[in-house]
Amino acid sequence: MTDTSISVPDDTLAREGLTATTLSPGRMAWKRYWSHRGAAVSTLILAIVLFFVLATPITARYGINEQVIKIEDGNNVFLSPSSKAWFGTDDIGRDMYTRLLYGIRTSMFIGIASAILSVVIGTAVGAWAAMRGGRIDNLLMRATDMFLAWPFLVLIVLVREFLGGVKVLEPIIGGKTSIRFVILLFAFFGWMGVARLVRGQILGLKEREFVEAARAVGASNFRIVIKHLIPNSVGPILVALTLSVIGAIVGESTLSFFGFGPQPGENSTSLGNLIGLSREAAKRGDWFLVAFPCGALVLLAICINFIGDGLRDALDPKLDSGR
Amino acid sequence: MARFIMRRLLWMIPTLLIVTFLVYLACRIGWNPEKSYARINPRAGKKRIAEFKAANGLYEGAWGYVRGYYEWLWKFVRGPSNWPRAIKGGGEVWGPLRYSIFNTLRLAGTASVLGVGIGLTLGVVSSRRPGGWLDTVVNTTAFFVGGIPPFVSGVVLQLAFAVQWGLFPAAGVYPPGQDGFDLPLMLKHMVLPVAVVAIQTIGQYSRYMRASVLDVSSADFLRTARAKGLPERQVLFKHSVRNALIPIVTILGLDFGQLIGGLIITENIFNYPGMGEYFIKAANDGDFPRLLPFLVIITISVVLFNLIADVLYAVLDPRIRLD
Repeated sequence: MTDTSISVPDDTLAREGLTATTLSPGRMAWKRYWSHRGAAVSTLILAIVLFFVLATPITARYGINEQVIKIEDGNNVFLSPSSKAWFGTDDIGRDMYTRLLYGIRTSMFIGIASAILSVVIGTAVGAWAAMRGGRIDNLLMRATDMFLAWPFLVLIVLVREFLGGVKVLEPIIGGKTSIRFVILLFAFFGWMGVARLVRGQILGLKEREFVEAARAVGASNFRIVIKHLIPNSVGPILVALTLSVIGAIVGESTLSFFGFGPQPGENSTSLGNLIGLSREAAKRGDWFLVAFPCGALVLLAICINFIGDGLRDALDPKLDSGR
Repeated sequence: MARFIMRRLLWMIPTLLIVTFLVYLACRIGWNPEKSYARINPRAGKKRIAEFKAANGLYEGAWGYVRGYYEWLWKFVRGPSNWPRAIKGGGEVWGPLRYSIFNTLRLAGTASVLGVGIGLTLGVVSSRRPGGWLDTVVNTTAFFVGGIPPFVSGVVLQLAFAVQWGLFPAAGVYPPGQDGFDLPLMLKHMVLPVAVVAIQTIGQYSRYMRASVLDVSSADFLRTARAKGLPERQVLFKHSVRNALIPIVTILGLDFGQLIGGLIITENIFNYPGMGEYFIKAANDGDFPRLLPFLVIITISVVLFNLIADVLYAVLDPRIRLD
């Protein structure tokens, strides 16, 4: 059917009651994305979460440091979930639900900012290494392998201390507990995976005919990379971007869990800081201080993983989704 | 083969020297041993600080770092009794480090044997009927488990099984006051930490193995094997699984760092006196003489495991001939 419909003139199709709509590759990817059930549901959930997180003046029930019950009116710490505090209260009587919204906001910001940075750096370095080849390429990939083989937490603590110890850098990257520092730290770790991926993509593409054609008409290496190679590997790069977001969010939580994370200051908090509190809460048995922050993190992680999966299927039509 | 291993072993020496020097630099600059010493021993006079600096080779300046590294390395190679003493407590470093390594190896061994074993089995079983109910269950569970960071599952398991239901101990290797060796008690303390790491590993490896078996399932040599009239069982284990294992082995070697990283997180949640606790404590104290041997041992094992993965890859893949 699909084969014949191409050769049949439009009016013939119309006479038979058939309509042929042509879809651009972008539209096709869009349709494929939304037909991926997990990705569609995840996008919806993430959109709702984002709305709640960004519209805190409407959605938050209390101020970030406001106590649910005044301490003079009775016990207000570690209250179980109730109509007054949906997710319970923390160690100084603040509403967990409100703090969770503010925390997710900070963590999402860290995740998105460091993901964008690491994808930009990773793409540039990966493309450069692939086009350049030779010894530099080899050395770079060796160093990347070495880095990625190390236990994540050990390495990140080491690099964190090192960057924090170099006094010259402090005006640029901020103190060890600032948000800026954490974003740059994750960008520093994230670009290597992206660089390896982009390098692989470009190595596969650069011998293809369209690149040869571009070179034949006199395009420079830079132009070939920007106009031909990167647009052709945009699928994997986008997937890497989404996965970097959640990587950084989980990373921030891991660091905070061990007390190495950012301190967002008086009027802010982060998901990691809240999860860090869950460690002591678990030993006391305050289940709600564990369940809600951890649940939020897992929800975000699974949603973003699904979105990455959906993007992969949508942007690479040749790929069998495995289902 | 022997020549290949020899060459790789020789290559390990410069790699290790470069990496350990970088680690040394990062520790010197990041943790600033002189300051940590002054912080932990606030009453130490100028003379004791000078003694400490001399014992650790803390020379100033760019050339001083190289000289300090050289002296440190020489002491390190000559054996644990020559290693500089810890800043905190002033005790020997090797005793506690060895104790923590053995504790971690016990966990790592159990968790990886269980995790990889069960994961690979599930992967093979679920690839037998792609799209069947077992495949769907295994795949979906693995996807969701993959989204859960280890510290979340650790805290949740601790809260549920140890604090709420009291089935397993929440922390430690032995209950406080226990002397000597007691296998059942020790195993009981290992259940939860092992479970956290094993769940993660099972999820990962079942997906890898499924994809890998499906990858080879359309290969010509399988058709040949079936055409020869081999029983299905033999086709599965001798041809399909063996070939599917080749890429898995590489991942296994590279994943060593991940395994240790996961354990460090898990050990901290369960107050298990392993390498994780050792590292976090030493990092918090900025204890340079305790950190450096730890990091060097991690480096050596990362490099060694990469080598083992390479060698196993060559052994398993009949197409690779190294000599």
